[in-house]
Amino acid sequence: MNKMAPIEEASRAARVQEIRTPGGVSAWLIEDYAVPLVAMQFAFRGGAAQDPKSKPGVATLLSGLLDEGAGPYDSAGFHEALDDIAAHLQFSADRDYLGGHFQTLTKNLDPAFELLRLAVNEARLEQGSIERVASQLAASLRRELKDPDSVAARSFRAAAFPDHPYGRAARGEIDVLPQIGRDDLIDLRARTLARDNLLVGVVGAIDAATLSERLDRAFAALPATSRLEAITPVTMSGVGRRVVTEVDVPQTTIRFGRPSLDRHDPDFAAAIVVNHILGGGVFTARLFREVREKRGLAYSVYSHLQNNDAASMLLGGTSTKNERAAESLAVIEEQIRDLADNGPGDEELEKARKFLIGSYALRFDTSTKIAGNLLQLQLERRAPAYLDQRNRLIAAVTLEDAKRAAKRLFGDGKLLVAAAGRPVGM
Amino acid sequence: MNVHNPAEHAESAGSGAAQAAPRIAHSRLDNGMEVVVIPDRRAPVVTHMVWYRNGSADDPPMKSGIAHFLEHLMFKGTKTHPQGEFSQLVADLGGQENAFTGHDYTSYFQRMPREHLATVMEYEADRMSNLVLTDEVVAPERDVVLEERRMRTDSDPAAELSEAVQAALFTHHPYGTPIIGWEHEIQTLGREDALAYYERFYTPENAILVVAGDVDAHEVERLARDIYGKIPARGAPPVRQRPQEPPSRAHRLVSLADPKVEQPSFERVYVVPSARTAEPGESEALEVMSHLLGGGQTSALYRDLVLDRKIAVAAGVYYMGSSLDQTRLWVYGVPAPETSLEAFEAAIDESLEKFLATPPSEKDFNRAKTRLVADAVYAQDSQMALARWYGAALATGETIDDVAGWTDRIEKVTREDVVAVARKWLDKRRAVTGYLAVGEAA
Repeated sequence: MNKMAPIEEASRAARVQEIRTPGGVSAWLIEDYAVPLVAMQFAFRGGAAQDPKSKPGVATLLSGLLDEGAGPYDSAGFHEALDDIAAHLQFSADRDYLGGHFQTLTKNLDPAFELLRLAVNEARLEQGSIERVASQLAASLRRELKDPDSVAARSFRAAAFPDHPYGRAARGEIDVLPQIGRDDLIDLRARTLARDNLLVGVVGAIDAATLSERLDRAFAALPATSRLEAITPVTMSGVGRRVVTEVDVPQTTIRFGRPSLDRHDPDFAAAIVVNHILGGGVFTARLFREVREKRGLAYSVYSHLQNNDAASMLLGGTSTKNERAAESLAVIEEQIRDLADNGPGDEELEKARKFLIGSYALRFDTSTKIAGNLLQLQLERRAPAYLDQRNRLIAAVTLEDAKRAAKRLFGDGKLLVAAAGRPVGM
Repeated sequence: MNVHNPAEHAESAGSGAAQAAPRIAHSRLDNGMEVVVIPDRRAPVVTHMVWYRNGSADDPPMKSGIAHFLEHLMFKGTKTHPQGEFSQLVADLGGQENAFTGHDYTSYFQRMPREHLATVMEYEADRMSNLVLTDEVVAPERDVVLEERRMRTDSDPAAELSEAVQAALFTHHPYGTPIIGWEHEIQTLGREDALAYYERFYTPENAILVVAGDVDAHEVERLARDIYGKIPARGAPPVRQRPQEPPSRAHRLVSLADPKVEQPSFERVYVVPSARTAEPGESEALEVMSHLLGGGQTSALYRDLVLDRKIAVAAGVYYMGSSLDQTRLWVYGVPAPETSLEAFEAAIDESLEKFLATPPSEKDFNRAKTRLVADAVYAQDSQMALARWYGAALATGETIDDVAGWTDRIEKVTREDVVAVARKWLDKRRAVTGYLAVGEAA
């Protein structure tokens, strides 16, 4: 068989330059001149968890408004200015951070960074724009009101986090959005857009000195320190419960989950491996084989680890016709119990480690993906060295580790289950 | 903010937006298989795709969904590699794999560290001619496809409307049939149907190999000769014979009201030329026109309906340029809460009339072209995106030169061209309008 010569995996960490600008901005940079563009992913810690208790959706609304007019530009003018230089600038809010995606052709570096500066520092937050973006947000929420996947996700969240910011709707509620005023947006911006909670990942045709200078132009005028509410760490509740919401559709959508391990737990690498064996995104995972391939119960079935700053969960889902939804859930629960009781097999473990190690490279093949990974590691409070350590951690997971992690992950095998549809016998 | 783009249901690989070409190598094996290599040396990974020039529009009568069903069944093993072995191998290599079916093509891909390319090629070549199917694997997989249909379409009124709009738009051409097939026909598809379809289309003459990534073009061509070149030629590529759509002379309105709908929305779909069927320059002019009319927040529709008149929360246009036969252009929108769908449609029509009557300003026109040309540069950042564009273009009858020269041809589009294609093709008699409305419980 023809084979290309294998190559030594080069150190990824060695390519990362850690920058601290004179203006107090930190960033990780990978220089790459193959394509004449610069991609940047950045985030301010805070996000939707910082929304006022009675007004969920402020962070999401703010993220939708930062590019709706800033400095000398109204909303239309700002977008025209971006289009004139074909730059990309988008903001979004997650539970734990408000993020930005920025991409420009190298030849337009200066005007692009100027528009970024305006959005971050001088967004106008005009009343007309607030109403427009709120109505767009409400339209997308209305669209999801009776969508089975969204219904299941909402009821899962409500049951998992009844008295915690994570239980609130990150993108707001239809009735509450109109009550969010300019003051709320200005307050959240003042509290959460600062230099000490800003994380930046950059990839592209730019050197450290040039980047440092541009980052200061964009971010140095922000307040030095953020004022974030402390978010209490929480263990999701509702394990053992089944919440069924009636939706008139032929298929039941199921979400399931239970508490998981913190990403800095010594068993976290083993938990990654165990989750991959259960329901990772490949055609060889147990849930794929048992639910889809053998029984034809579903098109999609998966599990993943979700680690937020204040909560860690194992989450999964599937969709099966109403008549057989209970059967799908039983198969899933059986696999989880089996992993809890017996752990994975030797061969399963070996294959999972191989996949996880080999596939790590696929996360680093576009500038935007690499920048996103650089940002993600900072959000996880890791050092660049993790880029090289990660595969060694996975390789070091033993059968004993995996069994222990499976026991810790799956415990008694009980799940919080949220279903939407008309499931028979559930 | 993109609230809802009904065109997402079209499963298009995106219109012809390629790029100022990286150094593409293009050749053909003795057995007729085409080979395209797109070097991208930045990361030690490779994307390997095989495209077949057949899709759901080539499904035989009463066998809708067979192209897509066969795509699922291609993972069921061969004489030498039983079910699961190929997937297990890809997983062991740390690779990703999947497949997708469109109206005009079916494509299989793997992404993995580059040193495993030859291994994966061996397996992909093997399943081009040695597929083994038994009723034991076919039956549960048919259930999987039915669940896929329930998930994507039957539980979502917006998807059901899109399906009905397409069915109304194409009265004769198979683009009116959903890619996944109609439920009652999927239920009848069996092993023999799949194998007959496989025999007809899974041949080297009908296949295109696209490899993008950290590879040397000569090395890939040598591997392709050694591995895919062993597959015997069948003598000629299969012929695609599809009923063609007659001229459309009547605007049609399709309305779906469902109690699950909480947010009404609007779509209108026009039959327009594709990159392959258009007169020279027309498809490019349609690209620029679509961007000016409905590409994002600087577009004419967004300005008029969302910003100025405030009767929409979203409005946009999407042109699906890559298509073997005549294709589709979507105008879509979400009305503001107090606006009825009828009033919204009237406003869309006024806005379109204004657009047809007034040539775009020089500034707007240049901005649209700048964005389209830059998107081609951004595309070079993703080997998967490049591989998909070249594969989809070749599978729908375009050439490598067509793709590589796309940016230059966009640059040549004039304001007059834009006005001309808009007046020629945005003819309501060529369109179906779809209303997604709030409905009473039955």
